[in-house]
Amino acid sequence: MNKIIYVDNAATTPVAKPVLDAMTPYFCEEYGNPSSMFYSVGASAGQALADAREKAAKALGCDASELFFTSCGSEADNWAIKGTARKLGEKGKKHLITSCIEHHAVLHSMKALEREGFEVTYLPVDADGFVSPADVEAAIRPDTALVTIMFANNEIGTIEPIAEIGEICRKHKVWFHTDAVQAVGAVPINCHELPVDMLSLSAHKFNGPKGVGALYIRRGVLPFNFLDGGAQERNRRAGTENLAGIVGLATALEIAVNSMEEKRRHISAMRDFVLQHVQSMPQVKINGPLDLSRRLPNNLNVSFTAAEGESLLLMLDMRGICASSGSACASGSLDPSHVLLSIGLPHEIAHCSLRFSFGVQNTMEDAQAICDALDAIVPVVRERSPLWHEN
Amino acid sequence: MYSAKVLDHFANPRNVGEIENADGIGEVGNPQCGDIMKMYLKIDGDVITDVKFKTFGCGAAIATSSIATEMIKGKTITDALGLTNRAVVEALDGLPPVKVHCSVLAEQAVKSALADYYRRQGVDPEPIVGKLEEDCHACECGAHS
Repeated sequence: MNKIIYVDNAATTPVAKPVLDAMTPYFCEEYGNPSSMFYSVGASAGQALADAREKAAKALGCDASELFFTSCGSEADNWAIKGTARKLGEKGKKHLITSCIEHHAVLHSMKALEREGFEVTYLPVDADGFVSPADVEAAIRPDTALVTIMFANNEIGTIEPIAEIGEICRKHKVWFHTDAVQAVGAVPINCHELPVDMLSLSAHKFNGPKGVGALYIRRGVLPFNFLDGGAQERNRRAGTENLAGIVGLATALEIAVNSMEEKRRHISAMRDFVLQHVQSMPQVKINGPLDLSRRLPNNLNVSFTAAEGESLLLMLDMRGICASSGSACASGSLDPSHVLLSIGLPHEIAHCSLRFSFGVQNTMEDAQAICDALDAIVPVVRERSPLWHEN
Repeated sequence: MYSAKVLDHFANPRNVGEIENADGIGEVGNPQCGDIMKMYLKIDGDVITDVKFKTFGCGAAIATSSIATEMIKGKTITDALGLTNRAVVEALDGLPPVKVHCSVLAEQAVKSALADYYRRQGVDPEPIVGKLEEDCHACECGAHS
């Protein structure tokens, strides 16, 4: 077996060694419950929780009191969306606005709310995956409870015009949430400088552990609670805190933000190298913006005409390369990725997509190995395909 | 997720290609669902003397096409008409549930090619081959719920 080249960092990332080291004491030594403040191990756990919140808030440009830890990014999205809808729905605001390229944590939350009687507007995107701020403004109604638009897309890397959309929401006094799971740690984000009311993030996307996320909630914004119970997270999110995970999130976030520019240069150099190579291959389509300043630095998404995505993934895997595809087979249904269909790709091109998402652990040798692999396997898969024609 | 047998047929598919002057050509599936199988038969008397395929699709689609060609090559038309998707799945040591529709496509591809053979002979294929569901959205394998 070749060495593993993992280029699916939009799916998850390896935990950084300093992050693991920071987490380790909170399993067997500092095991106290942060709520048990009247004895030593509880009090020190409480202090560690406060320190982690302070550290993470600083990295996000918000106050510690505005940051609430959750079990994952999906929980943060569910909380922001359902908590807002149910709260403002009681006042007759039963309309929500989102885009058609959101993560399923958002789209399926919307579907659940539709079953409860809410009305949802799904905004279209252009061929590069951009939501139009003018479309957002046109969709806002007096009964609109929430606008939620993702910060950056997980499949095609499109960075949405979040500041413009947020200004529009502010003008119309509508709460604005953004799923920033792919963006946090990858692009500069300052919660207080952005007109954003709520922002979701997930630790395992920036070399932190799985099983921990957070929701930033601007002071004065009060969605209903999503998880009811004890008084944790200032009475707003029950459940004994995943202290090791939270310490891991804060440590990983601090590292990601402090090394962002260096990381961006390293990661985008590999992405650009493979991108240029792929552009020299016949009958390919790059999905997502070609203006790389408006695209996540780690993301490359490409369709190889007549070469089905899962077949390509299996052949990459045989060479030790772990990537992702928007083909139906990869999604477990007969339909290919909703994101690729939303940017207007025909089904047969959407089925032929591969996504490479680079990470800090990758090297230029990995990028070269990916190019060599694509040169070898794409013609093989095409040769088997009745859809392939040289010209 | 795939058996060793599936991965073997995916990595080294048997009988890939086209047959010039084929006696029957069948095509099933559609690009919308991401699977298209095209099968070519050479038939001498009652015997399938050669078979080739081209498939656009996932690992399971390639593997089911490949093993189906092996299972009918050198066999009689009657034997080939008796090929079931279940036999294809068993020959591959199983398929993940979501991929069972690929085995249905392989069975249909063989039948579609034989139907074409009969049509070329001036014979109505439907009483012999049965009604073909050439569209994967019509198949009843439960892959799309």
